Amino acid sequence: MAVSTEIQAPRSGRIAPEYTRHGRSKGNFEMGAWLFMRLSGVVLVVLIFGHLFVNLMVGEGVHAIDFGFVAGKWADPFWQVWDLSMLWLAMLHGTNGVRTIINDYAEKDGTRITLKTILYVASAVIVVLGTLVIFTFDPCPAGAAAELLPSFCQA
Amino acid sequence: MSKTPAGTLYRGREGMWSWVGHRVTGVAIFFFLLVHVLDTALVRVSPDAYNAVIATYKNPFMALLEAGLVAAIVFHAFNGLRVILIDFWKKGPKYQAKMLWGVIGLWVVVMVPFLIRHLSLAFTGGH
Repeated sequence: MAVSTEIQAPRSGRIAPEYTRHGRSKGNFEMGAWLFMRLSGVVLVVLIFGHLFVNLMVGEGVHAIDFGFVAGKWADPFWQVWDLSMLWLAMLHGTNGVRTIINDYAEKDGTRITLKTILYVASAVIVVLGTLVIFTFDPCPAGAAAELLPSFCQA
Repeated sequence: MSKTPAGTLYRGREGMWSWVGHRVTGVAIFFFLLVHVLDTALVRVSPDAYNAVIATYKNPFMALLEAGLVAAIVFHAFNGLRVILIDFWKKGPKYQAKMLWGVIGLWVVVMVPFLIRHLSLAFTGGH
């Protein structure tokens, strides 16, 4: 006699709050984070491959990188937006990835909270610093030797 | 008795190792990124400060570290696209192992020209 096993579809809809592993307040944060990793990942592939190609493969490659090179790029709003997007997306993507790893391996509450606090503070400092650098950058600082500056500073 | 269950679909196979590789490369890239934002922030200190630090990157030893960094980034990028296909493409889970070999193939295709170009620039001193 054949045994027929019918697998029931999982119950859909809301899970009663007593069966969820988190409080009600957390909402769909984890799903948002999961989706963000995929969306930002696709964009970062384009941004970072472009960044590496322009900075390391074109012209003299790594030898061309100096203050004048960075100043020349950031004189163009295109590269400002490119680098700002890359900074924010990569930092959020990386911070969320490391958060996931801390959650996976740090079993004690105290360790987990400490590591995540350090992570969030470090990430916030880096994002704020990077953003300020891009927006307050002066390609022609007073007092700097002319040969270190991009050519448009002499005008 | 062995603690390792035999013949599981995932453990010890493509799925698990790509997951390990994704985590290891991800963490390495993240720590590099923190340092990279700090070194770039030196443009705000002075042209001399920035040029002095960047100059320490332009030698064959650092070129090898950069090659390792780019290798990690390229793997993480292609494997990340594979993860997206597993999650969103109907046949993704079925082809997840084959797609890892696709990731490794693409990684070789990108890394070979990159290494030739980057290392020849780094080891010849440029200009």
